[in-house]
Amino acid sequence: MRGEVEPSAPPRPALSSGSPVLLRSDLLAIADMVPAGSRVLDLGCGDGALLEYLVHSKQVMGRGVERSEEGMLACVRRGLSVRQGNLEEGLADYPDASFDSVILSQTLPFLNDPAMILSEMLRVGSRAIVSFPNWGFWRCRLEMLVAGRIPQVVDLAERWHEAPRWQAFTVADFCDFCHHLDFGILEEIYLSRSRRLQSLRYKNLRATTAVFALQRL
Amino acid sequence: MSTNGSVGLVQPQRLTFAEDEPFQLDSGATLGPVTVVYETYGQLNADRTNAILITHALSGSAHAAGYHQPDEAKAGWWDDCIGPGKAFDTNKFFIICSNVLGGCYGSTGPSNPDPATGKPYGMHFPVVTIGDMVRAQGRLIDHLGIDSLLCVAGGSMGGMQALEWAAHYPHRLKATIPIATTAHHSPMLIALSEVGRQAIYADPAWNNGDYYDAGLKPDAGLAVARMVGHITYLSEESMQQKFGRRLQDQVRYGYEFRSEFQVESYLKYKGHNFTRRFDANSYLYVTKAMDYFDLSAETGSVAAAFANSADLRYLVLSFTSDWLYPSYHSKELVSALTAAGADVTYLDVQSSWGHDAFLLEVETMTKLLSGFLERLVQSEQVALPSGFPPTVPPKEPTKTEAAA
Repeated sequence: MRGEVEPSAPPRPALSSGSPVLLRSDLLAIADMVPAGSRVLDLGCGDGALLEYLVHSKQVMGRGVERSEEGMLACVRRGLSVRQGNLEEGLADYPDASFDSVILSQTLPFLNDPAMILSEMLRVGSRAIVSFPNWGFWRCRLEMLVAGRIPQVVDLAERWHEAPRWQAFTVADFCDFCHHLDFGILEEIYLSRSRRLQSLRYKNLRATTAVFALQRL
Repeated sequence: MSTNGSVGLVQPQRLTFAEDEPFQLDSGATLGPVTVVYETYGQLNADRTNAILITHALSGSAHAAGYHQPDEAKAGWWDDCIGPGKAFDTNKFFIICSNVLGGCYGSTGPSNPDPATGKPYGMHFPVVTIGDMVRAQGRLIDHLGIDSLLCVAGGSMGGMQALEWAAHYPHRLKATIPIATTAHHSPMLIALSEVGRQAIYADPAWNNGDYYDAGLKPDAGLAVARMVGHITYLSEESMQQKFGRRLQDQVRYGYEFRSEFQVESYLKYKGHNFTRRFDANSYLYVTKAMDYFDLSAETGSVAAAFANSADLRYLVLSFTSDWLYPSYHSKELVSALTAAGADVTYLDVQSSWGHDAFLLEVETMTKLLSGFLERLVQSEQVALPSGFPPTVPPKEPTKTEAAA
């Protein structure tokens, strides 16, 4: 689904080792949470931009799962190891603890059963890294209040009635969800469009996008 | 270094082995001497690490690319994908393709003379398996002085051989590309094979396989077998596109029993054509070999069959409209390989061509194959054969150099 999502900001070059790779700021935030040389599974890896960056700049052992043929072909062209399939298929075959990190980028609002997918991610990997748009952002709240419409977030191109359908939620909702399911929050990065928030104060008001690293408690 | 061209004129070569000590077969029978006909394209590099074995399908031959004669109308069966600048780039790789054991394109099969009698083997030829075919290929690879293949790639029955290589000889290859295939022949596939064989048995000219010296061959039976085969290689959609309900050479129905519909005359033509180039007994033996193919038989599961082959890289491909080797066969294989911890790339390619798609979806296949092979070249640090410039483009001359 990542391929269909409008980038939240123009990509900027990642200034890590190797050749400079243009990576979207939310993907770069994910990349910062991935330890070098670790084993990574990227669910819904799109055209493979993040995975390629991780393989080349962080020397990870990377695997991807992608639904679209277009995305698959782009990934193979980048020299990545990617399987076609949906998230359930992508996860079910892997033995427990096959990966250090399992990534789910900008896909959470589209899931029918996020608890199941996150549990599976934390079965297959020791940590899950997820990013999602935050409907708690002050402009979203204002739009709801003033215009009385479900706000459109910067990371999602689809409107409420368009497929694939999404479910709006906020950083606060997600924290409740993690608490309820005993997922511990290891790291959190918040973005306001492409800019990283330096302080966590009023994060649910100020962030357009959130990136979490989770583990099972 | 040419690009997107043909390998040009090629010469089939022969290897004969098991002259003194007979070749042991899975059935327990032995065979000897054994001849394997093969072709090679491109050059072997100095450390012999750029060899790719291409394995052919039921009716294929060692002639995978190029031409035998300058005026030949049709190139080798996978010429679209093998050649300079193509998916299997002969500027980079040393490509080998051999005719299978039991076949009729030069390798030892039922139409060859039995040394015991001097007459063609016919049904005295021992039943061979995919495992036997692969062991014969192993002898060829030994003969060529290659310890380890970079890759084995093939579609349909060729894919079974590629899987057999991976499951049983993981130390002799780095990667495998099974296309539109299965890890075990399903009952439906066995049933379809059997219909073809029964058509041959039912032809009086078959004469229990003893027809080589008679004036008649079981052409009618073989043609029906091939017609059944052709139906399974197409899809309902491709038949609809290709033929619809169109009539061949009339406007109205004739209300008579001759081939009126285009699809009928197509099948008849294909069936008849096949009898001119294929041996009926070979058809029996090769289809039988496929029916015995089941990688889970020894180990109890497909995953267990690949337990020692997790270090290989796999590119598994299926086609959405292939009902002969449906996508779920490949997905089962991919699941098993994933569970075993292998590095698997898998795509179910969108296509309306049915099983034939593996020879027809050239553009998509080229993208996939060349991307996968390029990664192999880099990770295995495969050197180019001597006489070829490196793939890295030469540096742009600086202004001063250019001026000088």
